[in-house]
Amino acid sequence: MSAVSADYIARIEGTCGAESDIIVVLKFDKKDQALEKLLKNATLKNQIADMIYNFTYKEHVFRFYASGRIIFKGIKDKQTLNKLIDSLLL
Amino acid sequence: MVDFYENNNANVHRGVHALSLEATEMYEKSREQVAQFINAKDVSEIIFTRGTTEAMNFVAYSWGLNNLQKDDEILVSLMEHHSNIVPWEIISKIRGFKINYVNTNPNGTLNIKDFENKLTSKTKLVCLNHISNVTGVVNDIKYLSKIVHDYGAIIIVDGAQSVPHMKVDVQDLDADFLAFSGHKMLGPTGIGVLYGKKVLLQQMEPFHGGGEMIKDVTFNFKNQQCITSWNELPWKFEAGTPNICGAIGLAAAIKYLNHINMSNIFAHEQTLTKYAINNLKNLNKITLYGPTDSNRCGIISFNITGFSSHDVALFCDSYGIAIRSGYHCAQPLHQILDLQSTARASFYFYNTVQEIRRFIEILQEL
Ligand SMILES: Cc1ncc(COP(=O)(O)O)c(C=O)c1O
Repeated sequence: MSAVSADYIARIEGTCGAESDIIVVLKFDKKDQALEKLLKNATLKNQIADMIYNFTYKEHVFRFYASGRIIFKGIKDKQTLNKLIDSLLL
Repeated sequence: MVDFYENNNANVHRGVHALSLEATEMYEKSREQVAQFINAKDVSEIIFTRGTTEAMNFVAYSWGLNNLQKDDEILVSLMEHHSNIVPWEIISKIRGFKINYVNTNPNGTLNIKDFENKLTSKTKLVCLNHISNVTGVVNDIKYLSKIVHDYGAIIIVDGAQSVPHMKVDVQDLDADFLAFSGHKMLGPTGIGVLYGKKVLLQQMEPFHGGGEMIKDVTFNFKNQQCITSWNELPWKFEAGTPNICGAIGLAAAIKYLNHINMSNIFAHEQTLTKYAINNLKNLNKITLYGPTDSNRCGIISFNITGFSSHDVALFCDSYGIAIRSGYHCAQPLHQILDLQSTARASFYFYNTVQEIRRFIEILQEL
């Protein structure tokens, strides 16, 4: 992951459950800036209750939560995740 | 706890100075309060541990390693938390005994028929939770322990989800061992309890070795060996400096719970659970797990179509509502119920109907 992306991120957490979602926890004071980047770089599909932003980027789907978390689905390895994060937070 | 650290902080059972005596008195008084809380016959039946998990490992290593052999069998239910599965899997690899897993019914309740079928004269131990941390199902331990004892086996009960929420009487249940954690009942983290019947504890070897748990460590100059003998119960099982302040904190939590009254706590949580189930089941995209009758506690696992359990948890978190998501350390139960994962709301006595109403309103937005 690039230093620019790392600057937005507090922690990355794996989850248990068969879905193996990955949750990226953004730094609290960076979450709004991160959302602006996502709106610029990815496609916003829809929004739920001003809380959830459903995005797609290439073949990837992910959700941004207003609390500053991004949940990525179906990502197989760390490299893919890092590359994806770099493209989104460019 | 603050009072202890400010005024009485010292190691227990060591010094003869005033602080150490005060700390020892507070620590041992805490043990008495725990014993009374679960109606143990004798205070020496209470061993302080780090929590339920350590208590389970304790029994597995201390009792299991010495009492289970190749041709023996143990019964473990498929609704167990990993802490009541994994230690037995580890010990069974060492000792070679067989673990028979008891099925659940589709609604998550224990399959009693399967339980009875798998309980045989070979069964030496039954591992069962009192309340499932996924479905809130309450197992009838009193009834089951009677059957277990009729077969000459013993039963270890995971009380992590029952002791905080209902009156648990170990003598009435006739549980041989019972484990629970302080942090699930308003106490601090890092403290828990293993209750064991005195007759069993007396026969058991220590789990950990070190200071405090020995009577003597005598060096024999002739053969250059140490001969060790064990302390009395319960100290035989508490090697090293214990979590003194944790035990005192747990006792303070128990005092508070007693003040509120466990029957009141149980009744209030039943009201909350009924209210939640009755209203949640009307939501469009929701699937609730667990029985719909009253034999369950304030733990409600569910899924919402189109969202993973983690999505639901993140969404609730955006509104300041904390729920759990995933397997809840009970992957086998999720597998037999054919679930990828679940979101789980759980209540305690400080929750209100209004809070549940708000929670349901929020879920409706999904
Ligand atoms: C039923 C059950 N058993 C055991 C445990 C493990 O407790 P601890 O992590 O305090 O050891 C838990 C914790 O979630 C539980 O719910």
